[in-house]
Amino acid sequence: MREKSKTHVTLIILVLTILGLFLANRYLDAYKIRIINLSGIYVTLGLSMNLINGMTGMFSLGHAGFMAIGAYTVGILTMPVSMKQMNFFMQPIVPFLANVEWGFLPALLAAGLIAALFGVLIGAPVLRLTDDYLAIATLGFAEIIRVVFTNTQSLTNGALGLKGIPNHTNTWWSWGVALVTMWFISFLMKGTYGKAFLAIREDEVAARAMGINLFKHKVMSFSFGCFFAGVAGGLMAALLGTIDPNMFRITLTFNILLIVVLGGLGKIGGTVIAAVVVTVMMEALRFLDESIDLGLVQIKGIPGMRMVVFSIILIFVVIVREKGFLKRTKGRELTYVKN
Amino acid sequence: MKKTIGLLLLVLVLAIASSASAEVIKIGVFEPMTGPNAAGGEMTVEGIELALELRGEVLGRKVEIIVVDNKSDKVEAANAVSRLIEKDKVVAIIGSYGSSLSMAAGDIVNKAQVPTVGCSPTNPLVTLNNPYYFRVCFIDPFQGTVMANYAVNELGAKTAAVIQDVTQDYSVGLSKYFVDAFRELTGNQNSIVEMSSYNTGDQDFTAQLTNVKNKMPDIVFAPGNYGESALLIRQARELGIDVPFLGGDTWEAPEFLSIGGVAVEGAVFSTHFTSEAPVTEESEVFLAAYREKFGREANAFAALGYDAYMLILDVIEEAGSADSQAIRDGLAQTEGFVGATGVITLDANGDAVKSAVINQVDDGKFIYLTTVEPF
Amino acid sequence: MGDVSIFLQHLTNGISLGSLYALIAIGYTMVYGILRLINFAHGDIFMLGVYLTFYGVIYTPLPWWLVFILAPLLTGFIGILLEKVAYKPLRGSARITILISAIGASFLLQNLGIVIFGGRPRAFPVPQLLNHVIKLGGVSINVVTFIIPAVSILLLIGLTYFTTKTKTGLAMRALSKDYETASLMGIDINRIISITFFMGSFLAAIGGILWGSRYPQLMPLMGAMPGLKSFIAAVVGGIGNITGAVIGGFILGLGEIMLVAFLPRLSGYRDAFAFVLLIIILLVKPSGLMGNKVTEKV
Repeated sequence: MREKSKTHVTLIILVLTILGLFLANRYLDAYKIRIINLSGIYVTLGLSMNLINGMTGMFSLGHAGFMAIGAYTVGILTMPVSMKQMNFFMQPIVPFLANVEWGFLPALLAAGLIAALFGVLIGAPVLRLTDDYLAIATLGFAEIIRVVFTNTQSLTNGALGLKGIPNHTNTWWSWGVALVTMWFISFLMKGTYGKAFLAIREDEVAARAMGINLFKHKVMSFSFGCFFAGVAGGLMAALLGTIDPNMFRITLTFNILLIVVLGGLGKIGGTVIAAVVVTVMMEALRFLDESIDLGLVQIKGIPGMRMVVFSIILIFVVIVREKGFLKRTKGRELTYVKN
Repeated sequence: MKKTIGLLLLVLVLAIASSASAEVIKIGVFEPMTGPNAAGGEMTVEGIELALELRGEVLGRKVEIIVVDNKSDKVEAANAVSRLIEKDKVVAIIGSYGSSLSMAAGDIVNKAQVPTVGCSPTNPLVTLNNPYYFRVCFIDPFQGTVMANYAVNELGAKTAAVIQDVTQDYSVGLSKYFVDAFRELTGNQNSIVEMSSYNTGDQDFTAQLTNVKNKMPDIVFAPGNYGESALLIRQARELGIDVPFLGGDTWEAPEFLSIGGVAVEGAVFSTHFTSEAPVTEESEVFLAAYREKFGREANAFAALGYDAYMLILDVIEEAGSADSQAIRDGLAQTEGFVGATGVITLDANGDAVKSAVINQVDDGKFIYLTTVEPF
Repeated sequence: MGDVSIFLQHLTNGISLGSLYALIAIGYTMVYGILRLINFAHGDIFMLGVYLTFYGVIYTPLPWWLVFILAPLLTGFIGILLEKVAYKPLRGSARITILISAIGASFLLQNLGIVIFGGRPRAFPVPQLLNHVIKLGGVSINVVTFIIPAVSILLLIGLTYFTTKTKTGLAMRALSKDYETASLMGIDINRIISITFFMGSFLAAIGGILWGSRYPQLMPLMGAMPGLKSFIAAVVGGIGNITGAVIGGFILGLGEIMLVAFLPRLSGYRDAFAFVLLIIILLVKPSGLMGNKVTEKV
């Protein structure tokens, strides 16, 4: 009985989403559509980080780096050959990439796979470290990736960045990927892998005692997370049409972290809602930065207030959650609950 | 609760604003007001706001500028521009400091057919293939060559060292064009004896400079943000490097002098104008107004912001219409526009063909050396 | 210019930079030792210290040397405030939770810096005393380059004395060795933790003043990278160990300089050096060079 009603709910949500996107494309202006696209991408990003940080309990701050890998993969692969020549005017692109031009879907998959591959290469050595060290190590990797991309002129065009990436991303892609991610992760969590992830999060020693192969599961979780981060990065590249290494700094990871924390570590539904809310609020709160002209009175805005407010919200939420009202076990984060 | 109140307030404000603005001409401005590029954005907006004060009306209608912060972030830049177009319904846009931010907006303004004028982005890619993007500044290929010419012809340099900010497309681009021109002018492929890099935000350049000192170049070319450059030259002088330092238009800022102190005496750089010998009459107007409003000397970015605004207003007046398409066409035909930063003609790409000025630091001030005409 | 003098030049630069990292690293390591917390906001406390000094010298009639004492004291109190607001409520919580709060605090301070101080760089008011160049052999050095390591070593000696000979210092060490037992021994935990944050922030501010004297450019985001690198220095040296933090600082500072010195083609990769070093240490000897605590690995 429960199973059936759950499937019904899922189907209804799916239909509503498709209907919603269809109507949005029809009637909303480009600005709002952009926000919708961004929300979809952030849903995927939030879920991918949640898988690693929230459900498996590994504190990774490397997301920006894997996004960069995905973004550049899609950027370079989908860019028309003539565009490539135009972009790489300072130093020509490496020969084996000069004549490549792929479709969007293969490029996205490549983005995810290459990001996941790096996730495994990078993750394998460091995943056994404890929380804070893992955080700094993954942060370090993200920075290394950024520095490398800045300096490899013939591969990434360095600081000049890439321009003219075809704008393939539309609401169907961004939310389609988001839905696939949602489905995949909840599917993953329902099965034995999911239980293993949670066990690792709760108590590594006990999990190992139960026969769970820590290394294998940690790497698996990490690489899946990186895969989706890479795909989301690719979507971002195709949305903006232009990327450069300076985009992929810690601030980007912080935004995703904000979403994951607000939505609740380990909760899928929460992450989705938080992603949409945060993306919308980032724009809606612009009035804090700008002047408000109320006819007679002008309240001068202060640039940067937006981020101050967000930082305060983050700290506030973290503290309230710990002290507050939701189910928990001995100070550890919330148990995994679907929607 | 806070969010709801906020949103209600926003709606209220917009309702009031939009109802009162039927006749107003709206020009959007997207610049980095926060983030790593905040300094440049702030300076540019100062110039734009000053221009608005001096000329707030055209065709009998009031002009309003809407400033949106792009946080030095590409995603935000795209959002900012999109919002200006869709929500605020601006007829033209000014922005942004930072070529990568301008490029983020490129596709959007092209698609929406809203003409955009960049004040200081110098990466050639910004206007390439984009009929709706223009700029009032010259681009890197020109500037790099100007400085190379000066180094070889005026200073008699046979060898040079280059220190670039590898994270800034401006610095990387300018360095490359300088290097190419220098090699050609000296006829010597090996005339660049040392090529070093640093990152934006770095404070310590002693290692790079020690290497440079070792190679004993005739001059050092170090285009970069004024903060980093000032520190760099300070450290160079401390290390005993006393050859001339050359740079680009980013050095034209009072902080270059205050951070650099006595070390930057003699530094030479290409820029758009000089407070000492105003390039045009408009320069004098601008400089005086800036001095009066802010109580300090103007900088190149404020001047460029000023020019971008004035150019758009000029075009509107000429065309007799504030329609986006008319503005775009008018901009494309700009020829001999007299701005604070020189006489501007926009070429087929939308890039400004104008003379460059070479300034030097002398006795704690920027003094004018010479003007270089476009070639 | 002889090879030896070039090398000496690089060496002095490296030592100078290293001392700066060391001063900031001490704060990180002291907090981590007791609370097992990476205080991400430490680099931004450093930034606040520099700005407070800046405003103190430029906008108050007080003489610079007095500001150089008052500003760090004030920064110390800000450190205590930070702890009470962002970390104390989360004592005993999962590590991830406090880490997130730390990251939030860091971003809050950075953005507050932007809002309050504005985005434009400012020039640090370096007193004449600290700012002239002397020549030794073929090597030109700014006096401040010597002052920095000298001050750092003095502070280190003072700190070592404090932690080994005074009651509070011993209490701090006890807490870092074994939190549970020490707290049962009647040690006033809150007081000790506050003192730890005070001292760490005070040192960061001193480091900031010296940093500003050497690199006189102030920006709200100036603390982010040095903060991160200093933390790496602390890890390399052995987190929780003050001498280790100092050693780690020197290794990092010297390493960075030497990388650019000998491999100028790679000068663009300078920032990555710190992170590569970090990862190597974490993989080879996670407890750091001087560390004795083994992180629990599974």
